[in-house]
Amino acid sequence: MLKQRSLFWIYFKKNRLAIAGASTISVIFLIAIFAHLIAPFDPGETDIAIKLAPPSFKHPLGTDQLGRDVFSRMLYGSRVSLSVGLVAVSISLFIGIIVGSIAGYYGKMVDSVLMRFVDIMMCFPAFFLMLTIIALLGPKIHHVMIVIGATSWMGTARFVRAEFLSLRERDFVQAAKVLGVSDKRIIFRHMLPNALAPVFVTATIDMATAILIEASLSFLGFGVQPPAPSWGNILTEGRIYIFDAWWLTLFPGLAILIIVLSFNLFGEGLRDALDPRLREEGIK
Amino acid sequence: MTNQLLKVDSLKTHFFTESGVIRAVEGVSFEIMPGETLGLVGESGCGKTVTGLSILRLIPTPPGRILDGKILFNGTDLLDLSELEMREIRGGKISMIFQEPMTSLNPVFTVGDQITETITVHKPVGKREARKRAIELLKLVEIPNPEERLFSYPHQLSGGMRQRVMIAMAIACNPHLLIADEPTTALDVTIQVQILELLRELKERFRMSLIFITHDLGVVAQIADRIAVMYAGRIFEYGSARQIFKHAKNPYTKGLLRSIPVFECEKKYLNVIPGEVPDPSNLPEGCKFFPRCYLAIPECRKGEPTFQVEEGHWSRCIRWKEV
Repeated sequence: MLKQRSLFWIYFKKNRLAIAGASTISVIFLIAIFAHLIAPFDPGETDIAIKLAPPSFKHPLGTDQLGRDVFSRMLYGSRVSLSVGLVAVSISLFIGIIVGSIAGYYGKMVDSVLMRFVDIMMCFPAFFLMLTIIALLGPKIHHVMIVIGATSWMGTARFVRAEFLSLRERDFVQAAKVLGVSDKRIIFRHMLPNALAPVFVTATIDMATAILIEASLSFLGFGVQPPAPSWGNILTEGRIYIFDAWWLTLFPGLAILIIVLSFNLFGEGLRDALDPRLREEGIK
Repeated sequence: MTNQLLKVDSLKTHFFTESGVIRAVEGVSFEIMPGETLGLVGESGCGKTVTGLSILRLIPTPPGRILDGKILFNGTDLLDLSELEMREIRGGKISMIFQEPMTSLNPVFTVGDQITETITVHKPVGKREARKRAIELLKLVEIPNPEERLFSYPHQLSGGMRQRVMIAMAIACNPHLLIADEPTTALDVTIQVQILELLRELKERFRMSLIFITHDLGVVAQIADRIAVMYAGRIFEYGSARQIFKHAKNPYTKGLLRSIPVFECEKKYLNVIPGEVPDPSNLPEGCKFFPRCYLAIPECRKGEPTFQVEEGHWSRCIRWKEV
């Protein structure tokens, strides 16, 4: 009998776009981790003499208005994007899984109350809510992480709840109850691992959204503050020189596009490979 | 008669649904001695499973509720216990196994993990010790290569093997009572016999009592000491296995016994009880079996009294003498 895991691989490998997405993500992760080794210059090192220099061998992506190497700044900027994405998604998963599993497992009143709360959260225009909170708390990278996480868990909560509603009726849950296992253990040890596959898919796609939001916040000046580099604020600074120095806006823009696209492709590939109904269509 | 392990006294479990009240269990009483096996027999939907789940207080509430009755286990009424005390009883003192071994095991954990979990939930033992015990249990339920099987996932096992694993989990803490809810129904006939044999062996070995829920009188004949025949939430006939099989005094029991297929017979047709199980939210007046009964007389509509046929043998039929 084929193992579930190897079956998943067979289907995932067939999806070229997903593989491309996954490899790009891995490369970007490596770049972020080893940015200090790869970067030819210090990202904060200024040299007015070579300001706004176009791409060359020495500065592959050119320099900015203070003569800083854009390539090095971009490499360091990837750390911001990925860490914001990872932390924000972890926060949103944490809240979403707890709210969703409690709502789905206990049902009835608990479910109604929690799900109405989710509805209320979803009614807020999330981006303006984030801007307001950051304006109040002050623009710091960990505020950005928390705010993105705390405003994007609702989808996960709904997903987990739906999974739990169906898992709750399964025989093995009943069997665990019969054997005297506590509710907490049933929720986290028995049901949650069975609900994780679709959660991972949403988490991957949420990663893309979180990165995009961080870039937008930084672009508006509410995210990572200069001189610390982030793709969003490199883009903002370059905006003024867009007609004189196209490289200042093109490359960070491209980087955001590529990373968001990669996460989306990877997430969709995961979803297709994990969903047996979509698998069959794939075979035909 | 004071040392019964379990005494269920006029248990009433109803379900309050939007389409009306379903009286799933309506005044069921029986008792089980230590080491004894009670066969709970009846058609689908007669309240057998609900009775079993009521004993463990696992009726989904709402819509279900235990309205009345007592469930005395070693003298204490389980209906008075707190949820926490009940959790210690479940799996520790009373266990249950289900009909569907295919879905009763968690697909994402190994067999070993699931057995050791049951042990560590109830006993303060370390991982290693629990693992040792798990191997012992797998040996006990006659699974070959228990050391390797510990690392198998449920999907790598056959139905019979999974039911053995379920049994191993259920008896992990040496319960006094095992409720087996149609444990052989989903299995092949040959495997059925093996599982029955295994249950009987384990019961003898640990002096465990057994409630065997089934619709198959043939199965119950092989294992039960006493039999309770249920219909529409009521016990229609109650007695020792011998009394029920040799001297059934209830037309419903008779009907069930006649419906057992006989291999050597020359007849072309299988005997059946005419009609269907009545809608549980809309039961007939008086005797609930009246519309399907071959002995029905107008008096049957007036009430449903129970008569003592002989010592320990009861029948809920006013014409029991003529059965």
